[in-house]
Order: sequence, then C-alpha cells, then structure tokens
Amino acid sequence: MSSAPATVLEIKNLSIEFPTRRGKLLAVDSISFSIAPGEVLGVVGESGAGKSVTGAAVIGLLDPPGRISGGEIRLEGQRIDNLSHDEMLRVRGRRIGAIFQDPLTSLNPLYTVGGQLVETIRTHLDVGAGEARERALGLLREVGIPAPEARIDHYPHQFSGGMRQRVVIALALCAEPRLIIADEPTTALDVSIQAQIIQLLKKLAREHGTAVMLITHDMGVIAETADRVAVMYAGRVAEIGPVREVVRDARHPYTVGLMGSIPKIRIASAKMHAPLVQIEGAMPRLNAIPPGCAFHPRCGKSFDRCKAERPEPRAVGSNLAACWLYE
Amino acid sequence: MLSRGEQGPPPLLTLEDVGRAFDVSRPWLNRVIEGTPRQLLHAVDGVSFEVRKGETFALVGESGCGKSTIARLIVGLYAPSRGRIEFDGVRISDPETRVATAKLRRRMQMIFQDPYASLNPRWRVRDIVAEPIRVLGLAADQAEITSRVGVLLKQVGLAPEDGDKYPHEFSGGQRQRISIARALSGSPDFLVCDEPTSALDVSVQAQILNLMTELQSRLGLTYLFISHNLAVVSHVADRIGVMYLGRLVEIADAEELFARPKHPYTRMLLDAVPDLEMSGRQRTPVAGEVPNPLSPPTGCAFHPRCPQANERCKTERPNLIWRAEVASACHAVEENRI
Ligand SMILES: Nc1ncnc2c1ncn2[C@@H]1O[C@H](COP(=O)(O)OP(=O)(O)O)[C@@H](O)[C@H]1O
Ligand SMILES: Nc1ncnc2c1ncn2[C@@H]1O[C@H](COP(=O)(O)OP(=O)(O)O)[C@@H](O)[C@H]1O
Ligand code: SF4
Ligand code: SF4
Ligand SMILES: [Mg+2]
Ligand SMILES: [Mg+2]
Repeated sequence: MSSAPATVLEIKNLSIEFPTRRGKLLAVDSISFSIAPGEVLGVVGESGAGKSVTGAAVIGLLDPPGRISGGEIRLEGQRIDNLSHDEMLRVRGRRIGAIFQDPLTSLNPLYTVGGQLVETIRTHLDVGAGEARERALGLLREVGIPAPEARIDHYPHQFSGGMRQRVVIALALCAEPRLIIADEPTTALDVSIQAQIIQLLKKLAREHGTAVMLITHDMGVIAETADRVAVMYAGRVAEIGPVREVVRDARHPYTVGLMGSIPKIRIASAKMHAPLVQIEGAMPRLNAIPPGCAFHPRCGKSFDRCKAERPEPRAVGSNLAACWLYE
Repeated sequence: MLSRGEQGPPPLLTLEDVGRAFDVSRPWLNRVIEGTPRQLLHAVDGVSFEVRKGETFALVGESGCGKSTIARLIVGLYAPSRGRIEFDGVRISDPETRVATAKLRRRMQMIFQDPYASLNPRWRVRDIVAEPIRVLGLAADQAEITSRVGVLLKQVGLAPEDGDKYPHEFSGGQRQRISIARALSGSPDFLVCDEPTSALDVSVQAQILNLMTELQSRLGLTYLFISHNLAVVSHVADRIGVMYLGRLVEIADAEELFARPKHPYTRMLLDAVPDLEMSGRQRTPVAGEVPNPLSPPTGCAFHPRCPQANERCKTERPNLIWRAEVASACHAVEENRI
C-alpha cells in the first residue's frame, strides 16, 4: 500500500464531560484514533473506561448533560461533532449505522421486521416500496435469516435473541452506511451464537467496505474480529495497534496485565491451574483519577515521572503506547 | 450408570437420575378456552454425577441448559421431581428427611452471580458476615464473633475495618469477596458457585478466581463451579460436566475434555471459544441455535445441529455411557463413528 488509505472516521483529542453539582467529570480525556474503510477497530476496556460514551458521541447520542468538551470527530473528512440536531439525524442511519447490546432497543415491537426495514430503506434511499422490500429480503438473506420470505412479515418477538441481533445488523446496513458503531453486540448472546454474529460482522465489513467501531469488554471477540484495537483505561487510550501485536505482544503495562488476567484454555494441566496474572485494585472512579499516568497506583513498573506527568501515546514498534517506559 | 474411578477420593455429593420439571401451563381458564394442554418444562432431566471430596467439579453449557436449577436443587431451594441427591452418604433430597438433614445442609453454601442481590443492603458488612455464625451458634460471645469476622474479611482480601461499611460502598469485585466471606463464615466444606465471576470485569475475575483457588487449598473445600465460560472452567475445574437442554451430555477430567472432546456438542462449544492466542487453529463454524425447551427435538436433543447425526439419532435418545474415565451421551461415540 503506497498511498495512505482515506479514513472513514477520525477522532482527534476528543474529550467528553458530565457536569455534576460537585464539578465536571471527565469521562473521556483527549483520545485520538481513526478507522479506514473496511477496517474493524476494536475498542476494548473494563466497565467505565469510556467506550460507550465515545461511541455515543460519534453517533450524536450522548445522554445529556454529557457533552463533547474538546476535540473533533470527522466522518469522511467532514466534522460531525458540531452538527445541528436535524443535520445529525440525517447522518445517523444514512452514513452511520448502530448496533447495541440489546436488539430490542433498536426494534419496534409493534411493527414487522420487514416493515421496519422497508421504512428505514425508504427514509434514506430514493426507492419505491417494491424495490425496498426486495432490498429488505436481500438484507435478511445476507445476515443469515433462514427462509427470509416467510420471516420478513414476522414481529421481533417471534425471533430468538441471536436472530434478532441479525435483524438489527440488517437494519444498520439498510442505507449502506460508511461506518457502523457496534456497542457490545454479542455480550447478551450465548457463546455459540456469539461466534456466528462475530463471523457475520467481519464478513459484512469486508464485503461492503464499511468501517466498524466494535466496542466490547471481551478481548476474545476483539481477537476474532478486529483488525486493530484500542485499549481504553480511565477515559484514555492506553495502547492502540494491530490486533495481533496488542493481543500477543502488548507494550503498555495495563494491556499486559489485562491479557494475563484472561483465562485461556491450555491443554497441559500444570498450566491450566497456574494463578492468573492479577492487577491489584480497580479502575479509579471519575472523581478520583490519579494525576500523571492514570494507571500508576496499580502499575508494577511505575516510577516518579509516572505520578507527575501524563504520558502521551508514542510509537513502540507497530503500536502506540501511552507509557513513560517507552520514552 | 455411575462409575466411580478406581482411584480418586470418595464422593461428597451424588446426584442420581435427578429431574426437575416446571409447570409453565397457561392459566386453567385459558387452557379450557383455547383447548391447550398442560405444559411441563423439563429444566433438568435424568442428571447423574458425583462431586468428589476436595475437587472442583464444573458444570458448563449455554444459558437455559439447567445449570442454576441443579445448583438450587442441591442446596434445597427446589425439590427434585425425581431422582436422589446424597450428601456425604446421606440422602438429602427427600422432603421427609428435611429436618433431619438440616444440619448436614449447613455444610453447603452457595455463591451467586450477582453479589449485590445476595447481600442485604441495609446491613453492615460485619453483620452480613456474622449472621451464619450467630444463627449456627458457632461463637461463644460477641468478642469471638468480632474476631472471627475480622479473620474472614482478611481471608478474602478485605480489611477488618471494612466490616463497618454497607454493601453499596464496595465495587462489584469487593462485594463478591463479601459474599465469599459470608459463605465461609459457617465453616462449610462444600460451596456451590453459580457463575460467581460472570458479572465481573476480567481483571477482577482474575482476583476472585485466584482467591477461590487459594481458599480451596487452604481450607480443603469442595466446589461445584457453574459457568457458561469454558475458558474460566478450564482454569478452575478438575472434572467437567457438559450440559445441553437439561441433560448431561459428557463428563470427563478437565485435561481429557479439552485435549480429546468426544461429544459433538462439546466439540462445538470448544470451537466457539474465541482464539485468544490467535494461533489460527482450524475450527468448524458453529451452526444453529439451542431449540425451545418446551418442544425439545426427539431422540438426541442435539441432532438438528449435529454434523454426525443419523436416523438413529432422530428417534433414540442416547444414554450417558462410561468408558474408562469419560462419559458421553452420543450414539456416534458409542458406535465408534467419531
Ligand atoms: N449519564 C451519565 N452521567 C454521569 N456519568 C456517566 C453517564 N454516562 C456514563 N457516565 C460515566 O462515564 C464513564 C464511562 O462510561 P461508559 O462509556 O459507559 O463506560 P464503558 O462503556 O467503557 O463501560 C463511567 O465512569 C460512567 O460512570
Ligand atoms: N422457576 C422456574 N419456572 C419455570 N421455568 C424455569 C424456572 N427456573 C428455570 N426455568 C427454565 O428452566 C430452564 C433451565 O434454566 P436454568 O437452570 O436457569 O438454566 P441455566 O442456569 O443453565 O441458564 C430454562 O429453560 C428456564 O427458563
Ligand atoms: S507510565 Fe508509568 S505508571 Fe503508567 S503504565 Fe507506564 S510505567 Fe506504568
Ligand atoms: S447422538 Fe447423534 S445427534 Fe446426538 S450428538 Fe451423537 S451423533 Fe450427534
Ligand atoms: Mg459500555
Ligand atoms: Mg444460570
């Protein structure tokens, strides 16, 4: 690849705050990353790290009083963080699709699946009713709903959890968006269904050239799906890089600890029962983020500088790591 | 049907042909008007296994396969519809013997997935942990209770001063530590752990799993460990039972199960586990979904999803058959087809 690939999503120094009576809580603190066409960027981290609010900021669905307090978000070069409500409505659905953990938040129980697909298609694309239904059928087939001709007229409650999530994926694809934000799309599903949905997302991103921001707490899902991964901690990006490098050769001490704490299936019994790597303590609450490197109270490698100065992401091999060890 | 390995310690818990059905019929009037019959959901059906002293026996399977129902049957929150449950050689599943076996039941405690729901929010932590000591009269006076509670809190990695606080002042992982301290305060020797780390972040899960392992070796505990997560199970279990739609389909030593899974469902579950090491190992794509438990497939309940299914599988239900130290309920395994 000689020419730099155009980016679909570019986030630069994005900060998100929640004003409260006792002061502002900084849920996301100056993060930057981008996603290329057809690329799946995994955003991983423990609960409260700021993954969902980052996704919500991109689709313009931050819960008030939460607001973007700094930085910018660009979709195919155009700033979308300062659009009006109406302008954002047109971007969402048309150019950005969304998939959430609970498929029922995206589906209306009172309408058939086909009705919802057709309506979404006609809202965003200039097509007639007949063609919209044809497209809806094609989408249902593409996301793996068996016998779509029969299923298209069924209601959401007539589908299993896994099939509902497939329908939501079809809905997100209706207007052929450039970007899909998927927030914990497989978390509510059983492992065997999860594996199927992961394969589907990956295939669709590749075939449609859609950029995907895949938010999850599950490193396993990331390893199976993502091309690159951003590891978030206390509202910041600790490390970002190609998925193989991050999973197998993490540089940031938090990523190293996180990877070590995940139980893995090993065949030899001696290894099976060896203690897991432990990161002592817990991620800080937003009103008590430590100065300097937010990870320093839990980091076995911290030194004086870590307590005073915040490390910015810098290149370490093919990754970027925000850690003074790599100064 | 049960095979006890030649070697190995004696069983502490034995389930034999245990079943539990729930009546999920529509109300009587609806049934009459709509002409619909009574409906029973067989949440647990013909389950037999034993948990040996000092081991961790794990039950795995996807949601709805009957794991929590088994946990509740064992600790007496549900009565079985059929079969027998023995603890330390005494039958505890019989309603007539409930009073006589109450003392025996104190030797078992349960840890739940949601530590918050299982802790009384209006009690201080020290009273939550002290309750079993008080109820069972395990301490002579208040001073002894206080010192015991302090020891228990330290044992689970909390400070004795944490006893003054209320559950909401703790994080999820710390709450799970509190429920472990409470479970241990009556000096049980058997813990039923139902998805004890499923609601926790991975780094906190690692802390709790390490703690449970350490407590087991220190206190000589026996665990029944329930989880839907095969990687977690591989980390803690000595032996594993795999469940599908209310039935056990395979029982084996952990090492054996992961190295040489026999039952097609076990193989499928293993293939569904994300490849975190990114080794690129070859896997068969997972197909289909768990059927509705109200109308389970005939014969082997797994046959609509099974790549090895044949005509026999559609009509004849396979029994759990022991061969050496592995039990599988599968015609193909029995016929040496796989
Ligand atoms: N509506 C809100 N009001 C106040 N704080 C919030 C709100 N929504 C999220 N937060 C805080 O923002 C932080 C990041 O939350 P979130 O993005 O949901 O985390 P994640 O998705 O990584 O688990 C958390 O500390 C959370 O408590
Ligand atoms: N009290 C109950 N009444 C009716 N059905 C129940 C009840 N408890 C469990 N079930 C059903 O029994 C089956 C097994 O449930 P459960 O034991 O909770 O499974 P697991 O813990 O493996 O997810 C499920 O189909 C569930 O819906
Ligand atoms: S900057 Fe210091 S405290 Fe932070 S991760 Fe690196 S070594 Fe640890
Ligand atoms: S009995 Fe038949 S259908 Fe069932 S798991 Fe074995 S081969 Fe598959
Ligand atoms: Mg979230
Ligand atoms: Mg359960």
